[in-house]
Amino acid sequence: MQRKRPQPWPIRITHWLNVYLLIVMAGSGLQILVAYPFMGPQGDRAGWYPLDGWQPGPLLTVGDWLAGGRHWHFAFAWYFVATGVVYVGYLFGSGEWRRRLFLPRRDLPNAVETAKYYLRLRGTPPPQGLYNGLQRFAYTGTLFLGALAALTGLALYKPVQLQGLARLFGGYDPARAIHFLTLAALAGFTVVHVVLVVLHPRALASMFTGGRKEDVHEEERYEQPPGRPPPP
Amino acid sequence: MKRNATSSHPADLHLPEAPRLVRPTRLQVAHVQKRGLEASRRALLGGLLAGSAAALGGCDSSNPRTGFLGAMERFNHRFQAWLFDPEQLAPEEPHAALTPPAAFPAYFISPVVPRAPRTWRLKVGGLVERPASFTVEELQQLPRTEYRIRHHCVEGWTAVAAWTGVSIRDLASHVGASPAAHYVDFRSFDFGYWSSWDRPSAFHPQTILAYGRNGDPLPPEYGAPLRLYSGVKLGYKMVKYLTEVNFLPAPTGGYWEDRGYEWFAGV
Repeated sequence: MQRKRPQPWPIRITHWLNVYLLIVMAGSGLQILVAYPFMGPQGDRAGWYPLDGWQPGPLLTVGDWLAGGRHWHFAFAWYFVATGVVYVGYLFGSGEWRRRLFLPRRDLPNAVETAKYYLRLRGTPPPQGLYNGLQRFAYTGTLFLGALAALTGLALYKPVQLQGLARLFGGYDPARAIHFLTLAALAGFTVVHVVLVVLHPRALASMFTGGRKEDVHEEERYEQPPGRPPPP
Repeated sequence: MKRNATSSHPADLHLPEAPRLVRPTRLQVAHVQKRGLEASRRALLGGLLAGSAAALGGCDSSNPRTGFLGAMERFNHRFQAWLFDPEQLAPEEPHAALTPPAAFPAYFISPVVPRAPRTWRLKVGGLVERPASFTVEELQQLPRTEYRIRHHCVEGWTAVAAWTGVSIRDLASHVGASPAAHYVDFRSFDFGYWSSWDRPSAFHPQTILAYGRNGDPLPPEYGAPLRLYSGVKLGYKMVKYLTEVNFLPAPTGGYWEDRGYEWFAGV
């Protein structure tokens, strides 16, 4: 079996592109939100919305004003989607999906054990390959969040021409609420992601350099065929 | 190829080492980009691709229809025109979805609600065989279009009202608009407010000159005596307080469009 770097170059490029694009998309999206920071149609506001009326400050916005924010958002949305498509295409074209995507039957037990470790319910982390089950769950989840952001965004962009898509999310106003909740979820992921990367600097290094092939060699010892007990 | 991992300690990501820029967002952007360039030769391509737009100064938020943002707007314009289906109707909303009358925002540019002069008439001209002017009563003699649809404001809110009027399509055939009129220009007595539309959107069956709202004559706050309404554009394209409709061979911009908002603005 050919040895691979932990982070092949297509992964690294799309990852860092995505950092830039997420900042631009989140910031310009929040600039658009400033113009009307409420959810629900006029005369029937969605009182359940946790951030109803919250106006993001200038530190969080990109584009300076509504028209600027909209132009940034609709310009960079294409690159955001393209990066996602390239990433997913690479995952499946290269076989990388096997060590990155969350496959419930394979990864759920490890995810539970890793969660126990983080909650101090067990003393040692369960054995893992490149990623543990919890990581796979989180990273796969961001793919769904990205797709959800793009689809709700399209529904908001063209609620009449793409009214079937808008209807799928319950209409324009519910799609708008989902769009912002998706951003909140991605922001939550990013906070945890950055904290964990700070605790594990080597993971960050490999996202720049690709990491060492030996890391994968090491990993192969951990990847056990089903049914065999993990190494001591 | 191996690299020294210590050069990319995560704490570096947060050091304020980039030059101070006016907008913190640019700072963050430039910063991430800079780390990418320093840290790895292989990240160079990604950094260049991602940063080119901002680094070349192509993203001017105060003039967003120029530079890179402007080029992307023209791309999005073509995308929207391609996506536009002249037969696709905005869905009819149920009566229960009607926005309470006081909750439907009423926007105009003038400092007070603009009022039409007693001698008000709508002038229809440009590339037409029979230039004409109309009173509201005369427009009411033309075929009537009625619907109850959702309004999409550029600010992000929606509201629902019922509108009654004559479609641009019917008006165009009444005055004999030329096929060479690829654009339609709308003028108002609200502080010089105006807009211009692509022909397919203007000729959409739900694009009307509205003289009625929720079963009543159009109130002054919503554009009396006559306003443009449609199911296929954002609110700022729907000119209120109309004075002129001109069928033209070229677009003429618009009040908000010339200030930086996108021109096509379809929904």
